[in-house]
Amino acid sequence: MRFAGLALAAAALAAGAAPAQERAIPSGELKSGSAFLGSDLRALQNDAFANPGMLWVERGEKLWREPAGKKNLACASCHKDTSMRGVAASYPKIDKASGKLFNLEGRINQCRTERMGAEPLRYESEDLLALTAYIARQSLGLPIAARIDGAARAHFEAGRAAYHLRRGQMNLSCAHCHDAQWGKRLLSETISQGHPNAYPAYRMEWQTMGSLERRLRACLSGIRAEMLPYGSQEYLDLELFLAWRAQGLPIETPGVRR
Amino acid sequence: MTRKHALAPAIAALIACSQACAQGEPVRFDAVGDAIPRPLTSEPGDAARGRSIVVNRDAGACTLCHAVPGEKTSGNIAPALAGVGARLSPAQLRLRVADSTRVNAESPMPAYYRTEGLNQVAGAFRGKPILSAQQVEDVVAWLATLKGPQ
Ligand code: HEC
Ligand code: HEC
Repeated sequence: MRFAGLALAAAALAAGAAPAQERAIPSGELKSGSAFLGSDLRALQNDAFANPGMLWVERGEKLWREPAGKKNLACASCHKDTSMRGVAASYPKIDKASGKLFNLEGRINQCRTERMGAEPLRYESEDLLALTAYIARQSLGLPIAARIDGAARAHFEAGRAAYHLRRGQMNLSCAHCHDAQWGKRLLSETISQGHPNAYPAYRMEWQTMGSLERRLRACLSGIRAEMLPYGSQEYLDLELFLAWRAQGLPIETPGVRR
Repeated sequence: MTRKHALAPAIAALIACSQACAQGEPVRFDAVGDAIPRPLTSEPGDAARGRSIVVNRDAGACTLCHAVPGEKTSGNIAPALAGVGARLSPAQLRLRVADSTRVNAESPMPAYYRTEGLNQVAGAFRGKPILSAQQVEDVVAWLATLKGPQ
């Protein structure tokens, strides 16, 4: 029995997935954040013509074809139009050349600086949100499938530790709310399972689109914890852990949130 | 409390401090069993002030998690506070407000009177408890009045 268990665990690790029993929320109980919204916002998200985030997707499609930087190249100069399907579902991901972990925003900026000779785009700039949303939209409905094997493993473990770290003046970890209390109300807001599958998302409270990291910073500020700079290693590691927790949930970008 | 950069936080605190800040106050108490028998201040708690601290989002914000008698909107993460003054003594209430993790290590309830052993506290709040000693006493005084089921 023990050996069979180990062999199963080893096979699961080899496939890039950790053993299912390590997950606080088993895959059968995974629910997207949209399941915790009122029906009005859910309908808005699902209507591609009314979803306000689609403005960023459209802008992203334009930018995709617009040459930029010293080399006067566009994303479309190197990538085929259909080549981005499934890509967002596999992020954050280890870059083979550098061995570093990149989220989608970081990858876009790496292409700009190293291949196009262009300036990196600032986090939360309209252009970076637009390109990220445009690429993520092409994975609409595909299950999140980030890998945590090889060089990603150490980032995954760091992300897991960050997720469980009590922090801030309110001394709470991500797990206190999103593993232990999902479905319950914090004042009048229902706490979801904290999944990344709808980002970048349009949030009513922001009156605009925002990245996953912007959402994480909102959680951190709520518990009076330090906010790290965008693109920090701790955020990237956390994003990888979130992707693993959400493995199998379909991409919904652009999400609509309260 | 760390005192590494004494001046800068003091200035930041002067600017950022709401009345909820307990600037410069030493944070310590003596727990005996599951209670803090001795009040944290010589001035007795004021129940009316305590109630407003409990519902104020910038102070106790207890309604984030607890149903509170007389409040329409509240979260449902924690047990309702109605009747808590009949279930627990003032000394027991004091420890639960000051540091509930001393009663239950896994408690999600913030430790309202603690500054040690916290991680990555945002600059404006670093080294300060959520409530001052007097505010803890005020809250305990109000909780102690909650004897009935309503
Ligand atoms: C005090 C409770 C609390 C803590 C602690 C907390 N969050 Fe949240 N989080 C919320 C609430 C409330 C929302 C907004 C409603 C929702 O979608 O859950 C939210 C939203 C999110 C979302 C967006 C989900 C969606 O579908 O839009 C993610 C992702 C998330 N949190 C991750 C985290 C991570 C990672 C941490 C720790 C660094 C964390 N949260 C800490 C309460 C919390
Ligand atoms: C983030 C959630 C949260 C907040 C905010 C919170 N509590 Fe709690 N509280 C809990 C939980 C959960 C329990 C149940 C016991 C445990 O897990 O520690 C609890 C238990 C208690 C108890 C013991 C109740 C009993 O019947 O044993 C008291 C008293 C209490 N809280 C008072 C307060 C007061 C007063 C405030 C605000 C100043 C407050 N709480 C804020 C989550 C919270």
